[in-house]
Amino acid sequence: MKRFNYTPYLQVAPLAFVFGAFLVIPILTIVVVSFWDYDFARIIPDFVLTNYAELLGSPVTLRTYLNTLRYAAIVWVCTLAIGFTIAYFLAFHVQSTTWQTACFLICTVPFLTSNIIRMISWIPFLGRNGLLNSALMGLGVVNQPLEFLLFSDFAVVLAFVHLYTLFMIVPIFNSMMRIDRALLEAAYDAGASGWQVLVNVILPLCKPGIAIGSIFVVTLVMGDFITVRFMSGGQSASVGLMMANAISLLQYPAAAANAVILLIVVLLMVAAMMRVVDIRKEL
Amino acid sequence: MHGRKRTRSFYVLGAFFILFVLFLYGPMSTIFILSFQGPEGGLTFPMRGVSVNWFRNLTEKQMVGDFAGSFARSFTLGVIVMVLTVAIALAGGLAFRHRFKGSGLVFYLAIASLIVPSILVSLGIGLQFRILGWDTAWYTSGLAAHLTWTLPFGLLIMFAIFNRFNKSYEEAARDLGATPWQVIRHVVIPIILPSLIGIALFGLTLSYDEFARSLMTAGTDNTLPLEIYAMTTNVTTPVLYALGTVTSGFSFLIIILALGAVSFVRWRRERHGSDAGKGV
Repeated sequence: MKRFNYTPYLQVAPLAFVFGAFLVIPILTIVVVSFWDYDFARIIPDFVLTNYAELLGSPVTLRTYLNTLRYAAIVWVCTLAIGFTIAYFLAFHVQSTTWQTACFLICTVPFLTSNIIRMISWIPFLGRNGLLNSALMGLGVVNQPLEFLLFSDFAVVLAFVHLYTLFMIVPIFNSMMRIDRALLEAAYDAGASGWQVLVNVILPLCKPGIAIGSIFVVTLVMGDFITVRFMSGGQSASVGLMMANAISLLQYPAAAANAVILLIVVLLMVAAMMRVVDIRKEL
Repeated sequence: MHGRKRTRSFYVLGAFFILFVLFLYGPMSTIFILSFQGPEGGLTFPMRGVSVNWFRNLTEKQMVGDFAGSFARSFTLGVIVMVLTVAIALAGGLAFRHRFKGSGLVFYLAIASLIVPSILVSLGIGLQFRILGWDTAWYTSGLAAHLTWTLPFGLLIMFAIFNRFNKSYEEAARDLGATPWQVIRHVVIPIILPSLIGIALFGLTLSYDEFARSLMTAGTDNTLPLEIYAMTTNVTTPVLYALGTVTSGFSFLIIILALGAVSFVRWRRERHGSDAGKGV
């Protein structure tokens, strides 16, 4: 009889502890607190539905959710288009492994630097007296500085794309590198054009990578508040921002109710995207 | 494709790649240049002289809040997160090589930890500590919040490593009489060392730059990203850029050190003529 092997349980224990204590319990806490009452200074254990009633009864909530979904949709399209193109170039057009690694690292490095600093860096570029406006005015394209560049929806989307395209590149690149090159040769030999190979062979085989990248990008945008706050100059709303505002007013139960709704929305979106991919197989 | 001549699409895509790199690095380089703005200069071009005035301002405490203190806290926290991430992710990665009850659950928790919005984790841990009557602090609740972000990355990298790991090295060691611990210590870890350095790099930099998860968990003392964020609302001089240059410079230094360490490990391996790790 085989002896019970307890080693894996010991090995996974710290991991399970962190997720249990600092992910599962906090989320349960949020769910519980979302039914609590509050006044200007305290949160009061109770069972009331007012937090949800106020949230769901307010037209602002729906507008904010729709606005956040709009950001997610636009950013998803942009990051997918750019990410797929970059990954395609790296995987199929860069021939030497050294160059491939180098280019890949160049794309990855900014991910390891501060998001806030990367947002700040758009100020000298997009500002009223920024480089872009100066260039446009120098070229005579516009007569006065464009106001919509910084602190606008445009800036928010630009910053999102700037911050999160990498999350598309990496999984799509990973999918592309696993494609058997013989398949491409076969397609070419059968008379397919480069474009046909791309659309009929590469694209379908990249679906898992696209799904994983999409899950990352969509969840990051849905939960974001700092990019929207900073890049829109406080003029646009997102769900995360709505929560952050409730938190800063110490209205924790209101924030918690919003968090529960947001979590449900995000999980539904992820579940839809997961249908395309079995993540465990993709590593 | 292999053996084909470079086509027109190579140059078109290459140009697109270069544009993308400019898009990634362009803004960062402008704040690098502008941080050397003269004392009279503003947040945008033109440069009004060149000076290190704004870097000097950074060290004066009353000018920009507690830069030195928040930097020290963020760095310390980053190092703790790094060590714990490598240790816990390695152990977890080893566990997942065996079948065990609940492996699916832990895996999906790791995925959930990645996709649950950061602000939710922040709010949840903040509330949890509040209800338990514990004080939040960057080295307790902050540490916990950061681990929920770095560990999934660490674990996914471990999966990627072990899916490509050639088990015959371990079997050879066992056949030669190595104990399980000796196999891990002298065979597995040396082979996967470059990837462990990668996990360490992720742990340190992700924690060092984390904002949303620190928001409700950092306690009374700010970490660096919180401090920078506070500055964006009330500082309108290039001292902001100087701070950006210093912290980004620090991140780049860490990345270069990590890449250097990886190449050193590879170089030493080749020099010793061992075939260990060729399967990686």
